[in-house]
Amino acid sequence: MNSPILLQPDETFILNVGPQHPATHGVLRVKMEMNGEYIVNAETVIGYIHRMHEKMGELKTYPQFLMNLSRMDYLGALGYSHGHVLLVEKASGIVVPERAEYIRAIMVELNRVASHLFWFGAFVMDLGGFSPLMYALQDREHILDMLESVTGSRLTYCYFRFGGLCNDVDDNFIKAARQFIPRMRKSMKKYHKLVTGNIIFRKRLEGIAPLSKEMCRKYGASSAVARGSGINFDVRKNEPYSVYPEFDFDVPVYHECDSLARYMVRMDEIEQSLRIVEQGLDKLPGGPIMPDKKPKLIKPPVGDYYQAVETARGSFGIRLVSDGGKNPYRLKLRSPTYSNMHLFDEACQGMMIMDALAFMGSLDLVIPEIDR
Amino acid sequence: MICEKIQLTLSSLFPESAPLPPEPESAGDEKDKKAKSPLPPRQDGLMEREYLVHGYHLDAQVSPAQLVTAVTMLDEAEFFIESITGVDWIKDNQLEVVYDFSRYDFDLCRVVIRTRIDRKSPVVPTITNIYPGANWHERETHDFFGIKFAGHPHLIPLLLPEDADFHPLLKDFKA
Repeated sequence: MNSPILLQPDETFILNVGPQHPATHGVLRVKMEMNGEYIVNAETVIGYIHRMHEKMGELKTYPQFLMNLSRMDYLGALGYSHGHVLLVEKASGIVVPERAEYIRAIMVELNRVASHLFWFGAFVMDLGGFSPLMYALQDREHILDMLESVTGSRLTYCYFRFGGLCNDVDDNFIKAARQFIPRMRKSMKKYHKLVTGNIIFRKRLEGIAPLSKEMCRKYGASSAVARGSGINFDVRKNEPYSVYPEFDFDVPVYHECDSLARYMVRMDEIEQSLRIVEQGLDKLPGGPIMPDKKPKLIKPPVGDYYQAVETARGSFGIRLVSDGGKNPYRLKLRSPTYSNMHLFDEACQGMMIMDALAFMGSLDLVIPEIDR
Repeated sequence: MICEKIQLTLSSLFPESAPLPPEPESAGDEKDKKAKSPLPPRQDGLMEREYLVHGYHLDAQVSPAQLVTAVTMLDEAEFFIESITGVDWIKDNQLEVVYDFSRYDFDLCRVVIRTRIDRKSPVVPTITNIYPGANWHERETHDFFGIKFAGHPHLIPLLLPEDADFHPLLKDFKA
């Protein structure tokens, strides 16, 4: 017979979650010091899929780097490309035709819905419910088909160009997008009925993992993590860019600060994105999708430039230091989940491990985006 | 509003000098100058920047000794930390650490704090005791540039392998 393992009352043990663990949604590792089922200390270890995008940014010319951005966040790639093209256009003074900017906004919002849908399915799966993922993927498939018909890819888009787009939308896309909006609204009702009201689901999230406003500020959290903690902050509203001021949409803010609040924010955001797509399709102006006058070689003047955009995962910032050459002198990518994940170590102290995993799911992590 | 307030607060760090004149911006001039004689490294001081061009409002270059004071001022004004990064100015034989701050507010104000240090002994004080969220950013900057953050609680490689002894974003880095 094995002798039973007895722990002293204050004795702790180390639990390694990841780097290959389904709850971490990628190669992320958390070293947890446990006292029974309670976390005493946690240390997040990242960098397992670090690819040094910032060095590639320095070694490649501006157009060559376009495709790198979509390899950061594979679920909401277009938002990152948007930040990049806006920055380079701002720095080199390229004027984007209105039609192109509208199409960009429509595409980014559709991509945001797709990203949120995948997060919704995976999050509920973390909590033990499998079928919502299948429903969510079914809806997401429609978006991916639409995006594929225009951009040519389903995940790692390279659709935006400096000055505009590589391909215009056609009637089929507009028809499909118009059909998709009511379908998605109907699905949202289904999701709320299926998941949001579920008592097990609520008990796993309500009041769990409260994040204070102060903590969000000290770590620079954004997206649903900040908005679930009562911070009314969305780059699209606070620091308007592109054609977002033209759209009428709300920023959902919840004050409960718990995991459920973060869930509610993202669910409400899907509806707001649908509103933007709807208005974008109504207002879509005609005209070219690339400017008439565009420099042959992209060479932004000497200087230091910054651009922030609201991606599906939060405030993505990109800094360009140009020395006037055809390569950036320095390109810094500030990824939102990096800051959102960082507060996990402090926030999960004293939490039960199952709550911490639910909390991790509510942060909406995409690991390649943290590691870059 | 906030920008004016924080500008006033930050300007107390630079008592002796008037605000710096804006840098020459036109691309043509820069190119000629670069070809003939390189620009001297930037001096410490506070600058207002054109938001529509640069994407931020205030740009303060401080000495490493003033860094903690400057960051404390931003903390008191409820700024959140956006990111920390470095730039290798190899021609000036200097490294620059760049701190980005912004606010959860509709009164938009983006502030950039920079500090320049010697390339041979790159040490700046840590700000993790003010912003715990600076921890990873500082570790990442240490990974990429070899800049040491004095007082950092856990300055080990974050994104690079745990035995990494190279700093890939230095301009003289050879793979």
